[in-house]
Amino acid sequence: MRILLALLSGGLFGAGLFISGMTDTTKVQGWLDVFGQWDPTLAFVMGGAMIPMAIAWRLTIGRRPVVGGEFPKAPRADIDNRLVIGSVLFGVGWGLAGLCPGPSLASLSYGGWGGFVFLAAMLIGMGLAPTITARLDRTPAAA
Amino acid sequence: MEQDWILGLIGGLIIGLAGAVFLLGNGRVMGASGIIGGLVDGSGRANAAERIAFIAALIAVPAVLMLLFAPDKSTHVTGNWLVLVAAGLCVGIGTRIANGCTSGHGVCGISRLSLRGIVATVFYILAGGLSIVLFRHGLGII
Repeated sequence: MRILLALLSGGLFGAGLFISGMTDTTKVQGWLDVFGQWDPTLAFVMGGAMIPMAIAWRLTIGRRPVVGGEFPKAPRADIDNRLVIGSVLFGVGWGLAGLCPGPSLASLSYGGWGGFVFLAAMLIGMGLAPTITARLDRTPAAA
Repeated sequence: MEQDWILGLIGGLIIGLAGAVFLLGNGRVMGASGIIGGLVDGSGRANAAERIAFIAALIAVPAVLMLLFAPDKSTHVTGNWLVLVAAGLCVGIGTRIANGCTSGHGVCGISRLSLRGIVATVFYILAGGLSIVLFRHGLGII
């Protein structure tokens, strides 16, 4: 059941990214490029995605997941160095190539060799992250 | 242009539905960087099968849609190796340090009014905008 639901979710995610145009790097970079030919599409995608998600979060109250177990705990509220530094680094890369983790996989079949190069570098980065995180955690806050 | 917004909205609703299935079905936050990263660093070994299933469908469904409806579909990604490698490293390291990306912090986080999700999204969008200003309008690399 877990596997079937994961297949369904991943498939829907891929279809949504495909239809929305979010695997087109020019549309993502176009949205970030407020001083150029600004493309508003990404805002519609984000807004659209939040509607079913907000309803889903509401539906978790007083219930359990279909497969059993627990729903995710209430979100943490602390803003630490990791969150800010990581998000800035992610944003820089996102702007540079116009790709983020979801679309980099969704577009693998039509992204050419460039898509594979980006994905390989991203996977290496993900492999390096725990070491960098450990170092950040040793650095005192507000450094 | 208007058609792009409508397709964006429809695609967005489907992405939200995908997140709703993962949350209400498996009790998990649908964050692409977390699902992939947990396989890379081994932290997600306990539920590796559902991660692999998610990723397989995420790659396969757009591939089928492309073959059926849009054989000329393209990502228009840059051909500059250096840019691709630098961008990939930044995205890989950044999303794992911050514990989330556009899907986890953005779609799933903001929709539950998570402060960390909102802060992360503000920072990666600002950084993305600055990245475009610097590398496109400033240095002319992209």
